Amino acid sequence: MPGEPLIAAHGLCHGFGRAEVLHDIDLAVEAGEIVTLIGPNGSGKSTLVRLLLGILVPERGTVRRRPGLVIGYVPQHFQVDPALPLTVRRFLMLASSNTRSIDRAAADAGIGELAQRPVAGLSGGERQRALIARALARDPQLLVLDEPTQGIDVNGQIELHDLVQRLRRERGVGVLMVSHDLHLVMAATDRVICLNRHICCAGRPETVSAHPEFLALFGAAAAPALAIYRHRHDHRHDLTGDVVGHSPFHRHDSEPGAP
Amino acid sequence: MIDDFLLRAGLAGFAVAMAGGPLGCLIVWRRMAYFGDALAHGALLGVVLGLAAGIDPQLGTGALALAMALLLILARRRRRLASDTLLGILSHGALAAGLVGASLMAAFNADLLAYLFGDILAVGRADLYWILGAGALALGALGLAWRPLVAGTVHEELAIAEGLKVDRANLLLMLAMAAFVAVAMKAVGVLLTTAMLILPAAAARRFARSPEEMAGFASLAGVLSVILGLAGAVAFDIPAGPSIVLAALVLFAAGSSLPDRLKS
Repeated sequence: MPGEPLIAAHGLCHGFGRAEVLHDIDLAVEAGEIVTLIGPNGSGKSTLVRLLLGILVPERGTVRRRPGLVIGYVPQHFQVDPALPLTVRRFLMLASSNTRSIDRAAADAGIGELAQRPVAGLSGGERQRALIARALARDPQLLVLDEPTQGIDVNGQIELHDLVQRLRRERGVGVLMVSHDLHLVMAATDRVICLNRHICCAGRPETVSAHPEFLALFGAAAAPALAIYRHRHDHRHDLTGDVVGHSPFHRHDSEPGAP
Repeated sequence: MIDDFLLRAGLAGFAVAMAGGPLGCLIVWRRMAYFGDALAHGALLGVVLGLAAGIDPQLGTGALALAMALLLILARRRRRLASDTLLGILSHGALAAGLVGASLMAAFNADLLAYLFGDILAVGRADLYWILGAGALALGALGLAWRPLVAGTVHEELAIAEGLKVDRANLLLMLAMAAFVAVAMKAVGVLLTTAMLILPAAAARRFARSPEEMAGFASLAGVLSVILGLAGAVAFDIPAGPSIVLAALVLFAAGSSLPDRLKS
């Protein structure tokens, strides 16, 4: 995709205290492009996202945004105190005053019927959809999604990925996503960036999954840090290009529709 | 005819209640009650320093509260100690310093109780102007920053990512807090200041369907508490500050039995 990237980072370094969490990160997201960040726990994914969003200030390096860039953000953690009387509708209105955008975002995220419910009383999946609706309500040019499918059931995950594809296709939205679900990543991403405090490797999913550093990182599947990957065994087969084994715990209806 | 002193007390109380409504809501939503307590406990030291410096005690109180608030924000960023530990150190350190300072000032001793528990019935004309001015300042600061404050309460990082000026809003919140502490000390005293933030807000929660409704209802609950409290003080010859706080407690307890208007 030609033209100036939506957002571009050059030589980002960041640390908390003495330990360097991120070293010399270069990264850019173009309009209409879906980029996914993967990496083990503690690899600096969320820190990188915070640097790009301006929540943290990098110790070294620069973040350049296209002027006037509108960002929709879905954070990884979200909890509203029950003492705050806030309906889902009002929650969306914090992000935008355009009621048409809000209605469309609520419909796209599948939470049209939740409008008058208090945010503090939502289930995990509903909360996640409300966050996605809030990000969409801003009519963003760039969507930044930090583990957007957490708490969402399999059908919901497929819907979300379809929605992301549609936004990219119809509105040219650029997407930067942090994901733990390698399975979905590989099916629905233009470019994968494998992060472990530095960028281990980056490129098209097929290329990255064959990269030695990637295999070193995710092939070490016995490491407890990787235990959070569900269906780990199947994934490894996937990524090395083998046929996925049909285990009773990993039926094929959990796969996203092929693009 | 209402006596002059009662009118002044009522107006001062209303100013405290009006500012305390939205401010108290933010304190409750953000779980900053202990933070409010720390600033309030520092108020006595502010009076001492104000008197020693020869400026108005309320100005001294406001200035010290603002300084403490900024100090706490800076200390919290360094994350060496847990927030509540830090607050406890500053809160009780300032209270102890204030009590010691007060005891060293000969003119002060008679007034100590008035500063600890308030003396709203003794509010003079000049005091009243201070209180109305500081109340208006607190409300103005909150009004200016309300949207980013609510958004920042819901999720601070999300608000920053969406381009809201959260740091500026938090600074205005601290300014409002400092102004409120300076005012409320006169009405209900150092030890009961936080009560005028938390009780009306908590009482308003069940009646509110939006943040703004809760802020408005909290102000209303505060005004009612002032009226009931002052009436009680006059009728039963009890201290006005604690009487107002007790009235707020009664309102809260009464409201607690009613159902939540925001249905899950």
